[in-house]
Amino acid sequence: MNQSTSNNPNTKLVTKLVVIVFGMFTFGFALVPLYDVFCDITGINGKTNETAVVYEATDIDRSRLVTIDFITKTTTGMPWAFEAKTKQIQVHPGELNQVEFYVRNPAFRDIVGQAIPSVSPGTAALYLNKTECFCFNNQPLLAGAEATMPMQFYVDPQIPEDVTYFTVQYTLYDVSAAAQKVAEAQAEASE
Amino acid sequence: MNLLTKMFVTLVTLFITLPALAQSAESEGRSDLNLRTGVTDISSQVYDLHMLMFMVCVGIAVVVFGVMFVSMYLHRKSRGVKPANFHESVKVEIAWTVVPFIILILMAFPAAKTLIAMEDTSEADMTVLVTGSQWKWHYKYMDSDVEFYSSLATQQEQIKNKFAKGENYLLEVDRPLVVPTGQKIRFLITSDDVIHSWWVPDFAIKKDANPGFINEAWTNVNEPGVYRGQCAELCGKDHGFMPIVVVAKTPEEYKEWKAEKIAAIETAKAEEARLLAMNMSMDELMVSGKKVYLAKCAACHMPNGEGLPGVFPAIKGSALALNDRPGHIDILLNGRTGTAMQAFSKQLTLSEIAAVITYQRNAWGNNTGDIVQASEVHTYANGK
Amino acid sequence: MSTATDTIHHDEHDDHHHHIPKGIKRWLFTTNHKDIGSLYLWFSFIMFLTGGAMAMVIRAELFQPGLQIVDPNFFNQMTTVHGLIMVFGAVMPAFTGLANWLIPMMIGAPDMALPRMNNWSFWILPFAFLILLSSLFLEGGGPAFGWTFYAPLSTTYSSDSTALFVFSVHIMGISSIMGAINVIVTIWNMRAPGMTWMKMPMFVWTWLITAFLLIAVMPVLAGVVTMVLTDKYFGTSFFNAAGGGDPVMFQHIFWFFGHPEVYIMILPAFGIISHIIPTFARKPLFGYASMVYATASIALLSFIVWAHHMFTTGMPVAAEMFFMFATMLISVPTGVKVFNWVATMWRGSMTFEIPMLFAIAFVVLFTIGGLSGLMLAITPVDFQYHDTYFVVAHFHYVLVTGAVFSIMAAAYYWLPKWTGVMYDNTLAKWHFWASLVSVNVLFFPMHFVGLAGMPRRIPDYALQFADFNKWISIGGFAFGLSQLIFLALLIKACRKQGEPASDQVWDGAEGLEWEIPSPAPYHTFETPPVIK
Repeated sequence: MNQSTSNNPNTKLVTKLVVIVFGMFTFGFALVPLYDVFCDITGINGKTNETAVVYEATDIDRSRLVTIDFITKTTTGMPWAFEAKTKQIQVHPGELNQVEFYVRNPAFRDIVGQAIPSVSPGTAALYLNKTECFCFNNQPLLAGAEATMPMQFYVDPQIPEDVTYFTVQYTLYDVSAAAQKVAEAQAEASE
Repeated sequence: MNLLTKMFVTLVTLFITLPALAQSAESEGRSDLNLRTGVTDISSQVYDLHMLMFMVCVGIAVVVFGVMFVSMYLHRKSRGVKPANFHESVKVEIAWTVVPFIILILMAFPAAKTLIAMEDTSEADMTVLVTGSQWKWHYKYMDSDVEFYSSLATQQEQIKNKFAKGENYLLEVDRPLVVPTGQKIRFLITSDDVIHSWWVPDFAIKKDANPGFINEAWTNVNEPGVYRGQCAELCGKDHGFMPIVVVAKTPEEYKEWKAEKIAAIETAKAEEARLLAMNMSMDELMVSGKKVYLAKCAACHMPNGEGLPGVFPAIKGSALALNDRPGHIDILLNGRTGTAMQAFSKQLTLSEIAAVITYQRNAWGNNTGDIVQASEVHTYANGK
Repeated sequence: MSTATDTIHHDEHDDHHHHIPKGIKRWLFTTNHKDIGSLYLWFSFIMFLTGGAMAMVIRAELFQPGLQIVDPNFFNQMTTVHGLIMVFGAVMPAFTGLANWLIPMMIGAPDMALPRMNNWSFWILPFAFLILLSSLFLEGGGPAFGWTFYAPLSTTYSSDSTALFVFSVHIMGISSIMGAINVIVTIWNMRAPGMTWMKMPMFVWTWLITAFLLIAVMPVLAGVVTMVLTDKYFGTSFFNAAGGGDPVMFQHIFWFFGHPEVYIMILPAFGIISHIIPTFARKPLFGYASMVYATASIALLSFIVWAHHMFTTGMPVAAEMFFMFATMLISVPTGVKVFNWVATMWRGSMTFEIPMLFAIAFVVLFTIGGLSGLMLAITPVDFQYHDTYFVVAHFHYVLVTGAVFSIMAAAYYWLPKWTGVMYDNTLAKWHFWASLVSVNVLFFPMHFVGLAGMPRRIPDYALQFADFNKWISIGGFAFGLSQLIFLALLIKACRKQGEPASDQVWDGAEGLEWEIPSPAPYHTFETPPVIK
């Protein structure tokens, strides 16, 4: 077959294009942490801090109050009773507060739960700082057991003046299967 | 008239009459051709914005196609014309870049204004929690204990073409959401499983229900009435069968309704306690159980109990229904994580659960002879 | 537009060099761009008819309210696989087939830069679609989550056919990426001497830009579809809130691919129309440089508008504003292209052969689709349009009366060059007019039912939508049947039954491909021409 072009310019270009392809594939996966960072900075998707924040005695802004509603929900297949003991609280920005949540596992098996918080409006999430939360970890409950879980937080005094109200929803998931896999892996690793 | 002229005339007529048609078909408040004006200030603004955009688009189309069709008529070889030779003009390119850009800017202003108004959920008078799940909605009033599921009420026989279809076919539910007029109502929308979307055209609200996250929307209804919408995000098999019905009442009527519901909760609790002490006969349980089964279980597990192989398991001949009595009660009460099987303890009374379990254990040839009473379910539900 | 000199001689290699291979081995092992082009085109047509058959099932069910023919779960499989087949099996391979046939001839090259990879690019496609179609026969049925496969419907709540779906999409993606690399290297390195960038034909320009879009976003699709696989089977939590993930993130990553994807499916169409209208207006394309810049602008802008598919997901106002404005902006370069086509026609000397009829239909109907797209860009009103039949109308106008009509136009335009015979003009006229009328009966009323409140992806609907749905279904059946006329015409032409075609074929046609014989010899431009 007639080959009227030499291979060299082709090889270089093909290599460059393949590099772009792999680069974009990596970029696709890089979008995952990028998305998290972007949401962390802007609070856009309503996610809050996932590890505890340390409370430094900040100036408590006593000139205004922020109203917070707490909602609880469980998902399909998660049988726990889950209730916010304090459904609404008014706080001063900068002030440390605590609310409690009641859970009970009515099923016949031990279940590990994971609470996922979501704040609306999303941008208010930036200003909700949790110093202690049951949502930071998996929460195991034996069959038939019940518990009261605390959540300690303060609202950042930097919260804009016009944000006077937001809602926090905790969604409870059954993560027993995933938790068991992790436990098994850890058991193996320590042998 | 030659073909081209015919085409041209048809198109121009269409473009001129279309907007007129759209306006006129609107007399019943609901149009077959166009968006509705709806019953809120926002929905009215949205409609106006829509008509503005539509007219601009029609205008652009008439001008562009007009020039085209005139050219197709005048500049045909069969007319003996010789082709010109011009093929570029910077001035013209700039003109037809800048002019559309200006049109866009003019469109952007009213759009931005309406958008900002729509997204301002502050200072609401009341809040309703809306939860989508496969395949129904759940409503909870934040300021009280009133909550309920809202499922499609159209009979299966209508869908299967055995009965004639009712006027609100596929747009009716057993328990509609009831709201007062004249108050700013905030909706907090989420999902129990997959992504759904809560859409009420008359309020111009459409907001996705994302699992694990809440979204906000608001409305202020001007007129009492019944407003119907549908789920607007593919969510599985019965995505087309989970409508939304909102009944807007005057504030006085709403207060009455609310008081009734709160009283009904108390009555229901008392009734439940009474039923717990009773024993129902096999016949009673089978009749009641079959009703519950067809309303709540048959969508997935099929009226004949055979399920959908590979998707929803069969109950007919299943190990749970034939043997594992505690497991059967557990799965009905608590659901199963990672599947579409929901925790029915939240949706059915103890007696309904007892009845449907009895039905499942005896129907379709399962014939275990088992009788499950509400008190037994109550015992399991409380972890004893 | 480019001009060619006379340094073209008829290739006589068939006589003494080697014979064109025969039989099935020819097609399995070919590295010839014309053969591979034909393979892609026939494959895409078969897929078009298959996807079309699924559309017939959909329209048959939607002919009347009530469930008559299929159950909702199967209906969802039909809508899903219809979309996947049309996007990845019909439109994209058709454009790739046209690229294969035409690009080497248009730039004066003997073949594509990487002929053996070219063969692989094609042959993995039937394999991929066999896998996808076979998944329909699994016990739980095939994919039923829409071609957009949002999580968690596609992860936690899907059947096991998802694994086959993912595998199939990976293979389709690899095929597209290899094809795109081939196109870029061919155009970059193998243009005949004297063919500078701004002398390249428009089809070559639009495919060059399309190829860059492909290598940029197909890998992102590969990434997101892999994430769906691992979320479903390997315990990751990209889109699972329980594990700290976010289902809306799926939509961001998917549409980052998805929006450029729809431009991938229309830019080659723009190129085709930019060849056909000048030919039949007997006038050069108006504003060639402008057309190139507009195409490039559209491609660049396509990367920053993805979230206009997600206005109802709960984005903050600032983001909604940004995406609304950016999306509105794309209408400017698109409008420029439409105006340039009309200006090409203006004061030309037009005749209306079938390719021209399809091209004119494209300009009118694609513009209608583009205008409904502009309406969709306006966020507050999009809340009423999103996920309704208004959107279905929009994208079918731009894809069917847009992309598909341009492919048909291209087929009619270049068939005489490929086969050496004129197509049967009577069949062609029937095909055009039947398609034109039926496609509008099929898709225009969808605007109305969408505005009136009918959601998409539902197998049954409320009574007020019944009348329009009946007509839509009738239009659908008619449109489907009309394509059989096209099938008959294609078979006839491929069998060389018809009037012999000249080398020039069309009176006003310009370009290197019109300077070689019809049918085009197996090998062309083995010695590159010099472009003045």
